[in-house]
Amino acid sequence: MADPLLEIRNLRIEATSYPPGEAPRQVVLVDDVSLTLQKGRVLGLIGESGAGKSTIGLSSMGYGRGGVRITGGQILLNGRDIRLGDAAALRALRGREVTYVAQSAAAAFNPAKKLMEQVTEAALTHGVMSRAEAEARAIMLFRRLRLPDPENIGQRYPHQVSGGQLQRVMTAMALCPQPDLVVFDEPTTALDVTTQIEVLAAIKDAIRETGVAALYITHDLAVVAQVSDEILVLRHGKMVEHGATGQIIHAPVQDYTRALVSVRSIDHVEKSDGAAPVLSIRHVTARYRGTKFDVLHDVSVDLPAGQTLAVVGESGSGKSTLARVITGLLPASSGEIFFAGRVLSPALAQRSKEDLRGLQMIYQMADVAMNPRQTVGTIIGRPLTFYFGMEGEEKRARIQDLLDQIEMGKGYIDRYPAELSGGQKQRVCIARALAAKPRLIICDEVTSALDPLVADGILKLLLDLQAREGVAYLFITHDLATVQAIADRIAVMFKGRVQRYGTKTEVLTPPFDDYTDLLLSSVPEMELGWLEKVIAHRKMESAGN
Amino acid sequence: MHPVLILLAQRIALGLLLLWAASVLLFVGTMILPGDVAQSILGQSATPVSLANLREELGLNEPALTRYFSWLGNALQGDLGTALTNGQDIAEAMGKRLGNTLFLAGTAAVISVPLAIGLGLIAVRYKDRWPDRVISSFTLATVSVPEFVLGYVAVYLFSVQFRIFPSLATIYDGMTFGEKLWAISMPTLVLVLVVLGHMMRMTRAAILNVMQSAYIETAELKGLRPFAIIARHAFPNAVAPVVNVVMLNMAYLVVGVVVVEVVFVYPGMGQYLVDHVSKRDVPVVLACGLVFAAVYIGLNLLADVISILSNPRLRHPK
Amino acid sequence: MKRIPLAALIGLFFTGAYFLAAIFAAWISPYGMAEIVGDGWEPWSWAHPLGTDSIGRDLLSRMIWGGQTTIFVATAATVLSFTLGAVLGFLAAVSGGWLDQLLSRFVDLMMSIPSLIFALAVLSVMPATLPILILVMGLLDATRVFRLSRAVAVDITVMDYVEAARVRGEGRAWIIFREILPNALSPLVAEMGLRFIFMVLFISTLSFLGLGVQPPLADWGGIVKENREGIIYGIPAALVPAFAIATLAISVNLVADWVLNRTSSLKGGRGG
Repeated sequence: MADPLLEIRNLRIEATSYPPGEAPRQVVLVDDVSLTLQKGRVLGLIGESGAGKSTIGLSSMGYGRGGVRITGGQILLNGRDIRLGDAAALRALRGREVTYVAQSAAAAFNPAKKLMEQVTEAALTHGVMSRAEAEARAIMLFRRLRLPDPENIGQRYPHQVSGGQLQRVMTAMALCPQPDLVVFDEPTTALDVTTQIEVLAAIKDAIRETGVAALYITHDLAVVAQVSDEILVLRHGKMVEHGATGQIIHAPVQDYTRALVSVRSIDHVEKSDGAAPVLSIRHVTARYRGTKFDVLHDVSVDLPAGQTLAVVGESGSGKSTLARVITGLLPASSGEIFFAGRVLSPALAQRSKEDLRGLQMIYQMADVAMNPRQTVGTIIGRPLTFYFGMEGEEKRARIQDLLDQIEMGKGYIDRYPAELSGGQKQRVCIARALAAKPRLIICDEVTSALDPLVADGILKLLLDLQAREGVAYLFITHDLATVQAIADRIAVMFKGRVQRYGTKTEVLTPPFDDYTDLLLSSVPEMELGWLEKVIAHRKMESAGN
Repeated sequence: MHPVLILLAQRIALGLLLLWAASVLLFVGTMILPGDVAQSILGQSATPVSLANLREELGLNEPALTRYFSWLGNALQGDLGTALTNGQDIAEAMGKRLGNTLFLAGTAAVISVPLAIGLGLIAVRYKDRWPDRVISSFTLATVSVPEFVLGYVAVYLFSVQFRIFPSLATIYDGMTFGEKLWAISMPTLVLVLVVLGHMMRMTRAAILNVMQSAYIETAELKGLRPFAIIARHAFPNAVAPVVNVVMLNMAYLVVGVVVVEVVFVYPGMGQYLVDHVSKRDVPVVLACGLVFAAVYIGLNLLADVISILSNPRLRHPK
Repeated sequence: MKRIPLAALIGLFFTGAYFLAAIFAAWISPYGMAEIVGDGWEPWSWAHPLGTDSIGRDLLSRMIWGGQTTIFVATAATVLSFTLGAVLGFLAAVSGGWLDQLLSRFVDLMMSIPSLIFALAVLSVMPATLPILILVMGLLDATRVFRLSRAVAVDITVMDYVEAARVRGEGRAWIIFREILPNALSPLVAEMGLRFIFMVLFISTLSFLGLGVQPPLADWGGIVKENREGIIYGIPAALVPAFAIATLAISVNLVADWVLNRTSSLKGGRGG
């Protein structure tokens, strides 16, 4: 075998953490990680947040964010240990041998400069080619990345192109100086699912056609399976498993990898129809105050008691607006909402306490959904006092009972939200909603900010609670795997309208309308060659038309 | 029309509206507020006859609205009325003093702006190291001290103990430019110190904010030299916030100059204003207030305009 | 227990000392405020540790009494500006709509005139008594507190936990006092320190210009004014109150900086 392009041996990376009110201490972000990458190969680094994958990626450029230090091991790039080089040596390597594609291209581009100038900057700085050559190469890359108007897009400013396009321009920027290695740091995570697939396919083609090697960092195993030759699974800064992509997704050895592979595989059998609807939305139209355009058009859906209605859509589809209309934060401009058989007043202020109690909400960001100055006991206890007038021992006992239901122990009652993990925070929010003994809980993207395994735990908990308490969920999400796991009924939303609506089986059975087809086929599947299959299928269809 | 032009026109119209509203506020604050203006001007010992005369002279017998509009109409034509105390035409008396004040403030600005930006850059470059700490502590000290205190400390040190600079800023016609500069050396020094602290601290914060952006990391990961990063990536984005800081502090200078002129007995607008406040010469106070407000609003407007012009999102709309 | 940094300790010590001296002025000052005890501008002696002022009053006693006035006026004006500014700022943030527009635009207008200039204009027709000074300074400064508290509260009202409380059906009082206030308190407390300094500088400047605290009452700005002629003859009497103003301002600044740092670290950075 030829000499590897990148070889990392026993890497150890530390940072100084400053916990509030305590002395600063050292934390180990990456511990004893080794990997090799041959020229032209793609290695996927996968793990949940805190796994150290971005830190490893940046270390291959000799870079550490705010106070992060490489404290041990070797990083050999083209046979040289980059840890031995000085600042000038590092500069010579960055943007020349190794380049970087960030998660948020929108923030990573300088807003004051034209795209072309930024794309060619590294190549010109390092004297790789002349300006004319660099611009020609940039345009060639824009074309390969299937950007619209490749000749002229470089004359635009970053804010003048869309997020998905900007992510592709950033890929072109990374490839322009003809590097040996590109570090992709979650390049598609911030994109909508239908955009993600295009960008992913473009990146994959560009990698293949330029023959560059890549470190592809992501938390999504299905995504990384599409682009990488090998996968390295990381957890808490340590290596868990390393193998060829096929082996990792078809025959994982470690328990943790197995859990990652089987994530999203909860399959929920839909409940038979028949229960009376707890919520009926009839011809609801809504717009934000002071705007001229409706964000919801004539929306009508039903949710039977004790069941789950998943509202699926991408950003801008109006799904979160629907939640605001139901909770009364944004009164509908026309149409009616029936809750438990009665008409629900459009505005929050006119609703009876009984209606308020019956309809609870759980948010996407559990961090900001809880007052940081209140303890878990206060947070869960407030609805008990507010709706049922509970105090003292009775209240405390009920809080304890609720904590048991969300599988959290006694010790948590006096803790503050900052002392909880992401999953625990979301559980406390669930307990707060349950405390009101509601008939319906609106769940707004409640799992999308969580790591996949933690999200699975939350979904299981929600299903258990539904079975026990008979509460109905209106589940807003962009993630079809989550829908698969929890829904009895589905409403697909697109540009403020309900595009498709029915029981889970009805909605997920062909024939589809165009948008639903696009949406469903864009969800990455944990299968080798899935991306090629979908792209080929789409090309065939567009050729057929 | 280009959307930036529309935005600029809106801002300028808003600035004029604000200036007009400020004139109303000043008028209300001096002429209409509770109590009898004539009584408070002349004091308790005033005779009824002199009170009636003053009321007549100030037009206090007219309704407030009429008085306001006749004052505003005259002011728009450059007639700011006459001083109660000596019957001088206010606009004429103010003319030369305004020139003196602008000379002093301008000199202070020419020195302090580059100095503040330079020190701010040094503080950012050596963030949390000794140059940053020294600059930061020094400026903390200067912003915590009122102008007149700095003024007397400077006089005590430089005029009395070391006898370097003149302790009074006497200025008259016929002085050469060099002599004038020498005469205002002390008040300029004090003004520079006062403004420098605020301006440098805010510049430092503005540049640090830009330096923490993701696109600076992108530039670093392209292997650019620190200088190239600052010049090509930080600077174009830091212009707007820094210009904003500069303009805000120029406005601060407008206030600082009032006190400094009193300390150094400098014949400018500030001293004119303070003198006539103690003499309760309301027309002069009103006129000075209006001029100060106009300069202040104008500077803030300029800051707005520059930040609009330097915003690429506005200059190159989608 | 958290360690208090040295700078904050120094700040706390001096701030405390000045406030104690102000409160117990009547007990600790060796002579009366307006008592003439010697010749003008005597140098320091055991009888007069800071010497005497321009007309022979004990400077140390003047300083202690003057400190009382300065600190009292500044404190009262700060309390006024804070109560008014914070209450209106929170109200504007929680109510939104026309009330918010009205208050915010009025504050914009007030801030379009430099506060010293506006204060001078008003004082040209009003007698400079302590209540009027406090009122003028407090009202003018309330505009800044309004802006800050409105901004802080607006940031908090968009938080999901406030929305959660609204959806639960909580009233406006609960939302302001239980959800917003506890989270807005720390930045406001730090700001309070800065406003207090500003008030000290403001009243001192007014008095120095002869338009603030009127004789025979003493305050630090006024003492500078009374003794300013001495400077030319090398008599540092005017520098003593100047030094007091500066040290008080710097100490409070150090404390406020510390409070602000502590609260921003509470929010936590981007933890790994």
